[in-house]
Amino acid sequence: MTGEREADTLERDFQHTVDADQRIEPRDWMPDGYRRTLVRQIAQHAHSEIIGMQPEGNWITRAPSLRRKAILLAKVQDEAGHGLYLYAATETLGAAREDLTQKLLVGKQKYSSIFNYPTLTFADVGVIGWLVDGAAICNQVPLCRTSYGPYARAMIRICKEESFHQRQGYELLMTMMGGTDEQRAMVQDAVNRWWWPSLMMFGPPDDASPNTEQSMRWRIKRHTNDELRQKFVDMTVPQAEKLGVTLPDPELRWNAERGHYDFGAPDWDEFWQVVKGNGPCNAQRVAHRNRAHEEGAWVREAAAAYAEKRARGLDRLAQQQLATGGVA
Amino acid sequence: MSVKSSWPLWEVFVRGKRGLNHVHVGSLHAPDAEMALRNARDLYTRRNEGVSIWVVPADAITASSPDEKDPFFAPSGDKVYRHPTFYAIPEDVPHL
Amino acid sequence: MSFDNAYEALVEPGTTDEAHWAFGTGFADQMTGVDRAVPSDADAGNLAAYCLMLADDALVFSQRLSEWCANSPELEEDVALANIALDLLGQARLLLARAAEVAPEVRPAAAPAHVPDEDALAYFRDERDFRNVRMVEQEIGDFAVTIARLLLFSSWRLALFQRLATSRDPVLAAVAAKGCKELAYHRDHAVQWTLRLGDGTDYSHERMRAGLARVWPFQPELFTPTPVELRLAEQGIAVDPADVRSEVDNVVDTVFGAAGLERPQLPELSPVAGHAGRDGIHTELMGYLLAEMQHLARSHPQAVW
Ligand SMILES: [Fe+2]
Ligand SMILES: [Fe+2]
Repeated sequence: MTGEREADTLERDFQHTVDADQRIEPRDWMPDGYRRTLVRQIAQHAHSEIIGMQPEGNWITRAPSLRRKAILLAKVQDEAGHGLYLYAATETLGAAREDLTQKLLVGKQKYSSIFNYPTLTFADVGVIGWLVDGAAICNQVPLCRTSYGPYARAMIRICKEESFHQRQGYELLMTMMGGTDEQRAMVQDAVNRWWWPSLMMFGPPDDASPNTEQSMRWRIKRHTNDELRQKFVDMTVPQAEKLGVTLPDPELRWNAERGHYDFGAPDWDEFWQVVKGNGPCNAQRVAHRNRAHEEGAWVREAAAAYAEKRARGLDRLAQQQLATGGVA
Repeated sequence: MSVKSSWPLWEVFVRGKRGLNHVHVGSLHAPDAEMALRNARDLYTRRNEGVSIWVVPADAITASSPDEKDPFFAPSGDKVYRHPTFYAIPEDVPHL
Repeated sequence: MSFDNAYEALVEPGTTDEAHWAFGTGFADQMTGVDRAVPSDADAGNLAAYCLMLADDALVFSQRLSEWCANSPELEEDVALANIALDLLGQARLLLARAAEVAPEVRPAAAPAHVPDEDALAYFRDERDFRNVRMVEQEIGDFAVTIARLLLFSSWRLALFQRLATSRDPVLAAVAAKGCKELAYHRDHAVQWTLRLGDGTDYSHERMRAGLARVWPFQPELFTPTPVELRLAEQGIAVDPADVRSEVDNVVDTVFGAAGLERPQLPELSPVAGHAGRDGIHTELMGYLLAEMQHLARSHPQAVW
């Protein structure tokens, strides 16, 4: 009865559900590879949100107006929230946050390489909102329809907040471009530094991305890296023109025949170097996370110990209430 | 890190506004129910007041299993009449 | 949301109000329609000075709390502490604006004309002109120091704001009424953690004890009134902080009892020739805090942000 035939049926039913654009839900049967791919992708996405708090968090205490400080703090806080929604999605696949965190801390799981670049001026806050959150939106809006239900639902909420992030970034840049010459130079400098890393956010070119095909069959991914990159460039060029900044690509021009912008290739050697851990901030970012995690261990242990005492009525508060005959 | 320092998982249900059911929105980690409620407020209803939240230990939830050829569950998937959307309701029917 | 319209959400109706994201809901609503007239018998200079005290406490503590972002013991706590910092920053902004509204001369001369009042006061005042108590400017410390300070500060400020909600200055009353809800949450957060650290493990108990010891000497300053506060309190505009002492002591002692902590027996941190934070005489840490907070705004005074 059991055996190959049954596995075939399960797999067929699964693919049928996916092909019908139905969602796969946590307790459904799913191929091991599907589960593995999802855990890897969602965890990497969650880690990116958490590590991504650092480069922008770098400017919270120095934000040059109280309004910008409030917006930035709210934004970085949102990123923590995004990480948490995504870890919650991995929990439904049987991957505990604690385990994934450990893998991040020891470098066994990656996060988006973009966050291994430094934020050097306040204009970087604006450019990250505009380009980095913008690229994230491009990547993530299709994920609102990804085949795994909890992931798709998390993405809907995240995309809503990301749109606020992008808008605040663009608005900051518009304001700065309307300011002093120094500010305009600051914005252009930030654009020059972040443009290519933003294009790399979509991953290696399709011919160097062997997993894409299977991910698309499972409808985890819905567009290829190159498709999304093109989409991002097409959307961003007019925004750059409106802003009055130059994108640092001499090959960038409108191609009427294709109906798209042509653009140059990012430095993929640099990309792979950063992926391998040799980017300007890789060590710093992971060390930061490790430090926060280690320094917080005694607090987490205290709370766990207290919860256990409470569950057994052994905490001081319960003892006090016993002694006084009081009721909480 | 010792096991002791990792907090249990809680499922979170939020009533977005009066008149609606609590709806499952996700999960979080917290050492105990009180902190879970507070964390849920911060995370899932951030900067938004006037909602009601439930937190439930994730391991206290028992679910039906669609995966194990479960007759209890599988048929409902192909019997559309069990889904509320199968019944087209004319626009002018009030309170339905 | 369709793929062809990745930016659809950017222009979705109802999402254009960023105040919700940055400052929490309800604050703007609370302030619209509030009478902004200064009570006729109030001295504008005194009222502005009082607003600055309350504003600077919130601004400086918010600045410190925001240092926890991406550094706290757990991600959920990053979110919680950022919420508290945002609430306090919101309170500071309203109070700074009120100070400049009633007494435009408090605006520092160094601030260029295009800089909004709240930023002129936050970024272009020198250390001596900051009126915050010295407790809030202390280094962020470990989690126990933060919780100890949050417990003392929010218990005190909540008691103060509950009385201030009936101030004869309508703006102060509105700010306080809204602030009470926030501060009640801050205090609750501090209480929950004081219980867990105080009654958790032996180690956390010791850390919590040390955290309390770090902030305790700054606590009497919270209850020491300045002549400005006394004058305004007599007119029903301000609250004499000495009046909230027993209430705050009560709250704190109850929490200590439940957490197994002792009230520290430590002397008050001495003022300098009778002057402390409310007089603009701070600790050495204040200079560094301001250097970090103000340097960018001051390096580009003509810039717009
Ligand atoms: Fe995000
Ligand atoms: Fe974002």
